[in-house]
Amino acid sequence: MEGFLDFAVNRIIPALDAGLWTSVLLIVPASLLGIAIGVIVGTARVYAPRPVGKALDWYVSLFRGTPLVVQLYFWYFALPYVSIGGVNLVLSPMWASIIGFALCSGAYQSEYIRGGLLSIKRGQLRAAQALGMTPLTTITSVVLPQAFRRALPGCGNEIIYLIKYSSLASIITVSDLTGMGRSLAKSTFRNTEVFIVVGLYYLALVTVATFVLRAVEKRLELPGFETKKD
Amino acid sequence: MDQPAILRVENIVKTIGGQRILDDVSFAVKKGGLKVLIGPSGAGKSTLLSCINFLSPPDSGVISLDGKPVNGKSKKELLALRQQVGMIFQDFNLFDHLSAMENVRVALIKVKGLDKRAATNRAMEELARVGLADKPSLYPAQLSGGQKQRVSVARALALDPKVLLLDEPTSALDPELIGEVLTVIRDLADEGMTMVMATHQISFSASLADEFLFMEKGRIVERGAPAVLLSRNSGSRTQSFCAKLSELAGDASCEIAS
Amino acid sequence: MEGFLKAALASWEALPYILGGLWWTAGLILGAMALGLAFGVPLAVAHVYGGRLARRLVSGYVWLFRGVPILVQLYLFYFGIMAYLSELPALSFLPLSSGFFSAVVVLGLTSAAYQSQIFRGAMQSLPAGQLKAARALGLSDGQAIRAIILPQALRLSIPAWSNEYSILLKDSALAFTIGVLEVMARTRSVAAVTHQPLPLSILAGALFFFLTWAGIKTLKRLEAKVRIPGYAHQGTL
Repeated sequence: MEGFLDFAVNRIIPALDAGLWTSVLLIVPASLLGIAIGVIVGTARVYAPRPVGKALDWYVSLFRGTPLVVQLYFWYFALPYVSIGGVNLVLSPMWASIIGFALCSGAYQSEYIRGGLLSIKRGQLRAAQALGMTPLTTITSVVLPQAFRRALPGCGNEIIYLIKYSSLASIITVSDLTGMGRSLAKSTFRNTEVFIVVGLYYLALVTVATFVLRAVEKRLELPGFETKKD
Repeated sequence: MDQPAILRVENIVKTIGGQRILDDVSFAVKKGGLKVLIGPSGAGKSTLLSCINFLSPPDSGVISLDGKPVNGKSKKELLALRQQVGMIFQDFNLFDHLSAMENVRVALIKVKGLDKRAATNRAMEELARVGLADKPSLYPAQLSGGQKQRVSVARALALDPKVLLLDEPTSALDPELIGEVLTVIRDLADEGMTMVMATHQISFSASLADEFLFMEKGRIVERGAPAVLLSRNSGSRTQSFCAKLSELAGDASCEIAS
Repeated sequence: MEGFLKAALASWEALPYILGGLWWTAGLILGAMALGLAFGVPLAVAHVYGGRLARRLVSGYVWLFRGVPILVQLYLFYFGIMAYLSELPALSFLPLSSGFFSAVVVLGLTSAAYQSQIFRGAMQSLPAGQLKAARALGLSDGQAIRAIILPQALRLSIPAWSNEYSILLKDSALAFTIGVLEVMARTRSVAAVTHQPLPLSILAGALFFFLTWAGIKTLKRLEAKVRIPGYAHQGTL
């Protein structure tokens, strides 16, 4: 049996590098879609008419209140049993994962966006109106810059969560980091070593993402909008 | 003397939640005039001011600027009106994400369509006018209350308003910071800015105002020159209100300054 | 629609079996919460009142368990570490080869990382005068933390705790990957036999949704019961 280092360099890392690419292909579109959904849903929950807001509240509590693995299971295994006009809704594992992650992440993101919007004091809007700003200008020049800064730490955290939970894609047969690790472990029986390296890959991803998000926050930070240290 | 009024407020009625906040209020200001609204809290002073620029649209009545009645239904006319009527809020309402200079500049760019450089120059001029030329890059969170209120005056002045509405501009300030804001207001009055101000600073405003309007329960119940209303044996509501205020404050400042 | 109804009826017979998984789900959550509490409190105390080294170590622990996905940890412990440990005679009293045991350890250790952050925030939000007053009464630091600081901090932590509960509940659904027969595992196995994943996944979702809702309601009630007058509600951290 070769030593851990040789095994890691010759077997684990080449396998995981392929999985890493797949993971990135999941994480990037899912987090972008998640933010887009979060912004639309969060804004609508604050400003849209009551029935729309209520419906979206339900969407959010549904997706926050059920395990992501159940949602993925639904998108991948159950959805094909739904047919609309004779066409069955079959999603590839990749697409089921991206859609599942984005819808779940969007529900969480919308909470942060909503919080950011609600944190804007009425006086800010009155002042903008008093200066003769149109509603559109008020939103782009006053509301969004403030809400975005307040929502940023939460949204960043949610992206970190998404990176970790992207590992669930392996359950619906995607060969991402975890999936590649799982098959390698199965074929070599060296579970501990393989999964330690898999864990290190995620730690690296999460740490780099945290670092980048901190840097973005720092760049956008203004007096009065400091991020609370955790 | 027979100058036409720059701002005319006629028969304004405003009801909020079934309660009549403003009940048939009328007055007019000439160019360079300063009307001071006095009265107990809840008398309708703030509501009256925000009816003038339609931040809370009046139920009925007419607001005319330069002799032209404003059509409250027209979005375009409203935006135009608000550019010409500056407003100072009790709690400043500076935009928290913009520096002092950017606060003054933002409407010049977004509303008046000035280019960045011209707007910046103008904003710096206005900051200098309120004595804050050295603080353009500070954010609201870094400014004292008095400084914030001066920035908000500069922000309003930058749009060259025909009338300035001031809603208790010193009420949210610590006592030691009131003076710097009052100085700015006095300078504006001396320069001939047309203003309508709600305030509890009666003796200060008595020396500047051409008329006191005493409000109670949504009506103007008394109006006249400060000297007349405040004279010791006038028996006016204004006089007794003022006496009560100065008693609470513990100083005998309810005299006409001049 | 007709097909769906038939499918639902077919799965209906499996309901008692699936509901039986609730015991395992509940066991996972209770075990993990207890383990998380038992580890989280000392971690938090060490972080707030310990020296530089202690703070470093706690931060390292939190970074590690917050950074590695639960699923990877489950595989690592169940397929890897526990197999090594089971070769140690000193540990033979532990059910190291049980998936349930591995899942409780993983969920509990991860929860300890999160709970330590919750308690730390609560402790740091207490006025400094509390510890000073306790010291002035002659209490040792250890006594003061046990008798004065923790009882207050734990109460303040309840809102954040309900958040932690709902996270644990959802993470517990991953335990099926290492053979724990909780709700998700049973749902899957029934679906594999009946070929009816649609009504079954809806059923599983509904069960978890109900558990989230019921748990949060219960913790709200607990919060009201142990609330200290004069202490404002703290939002979730």
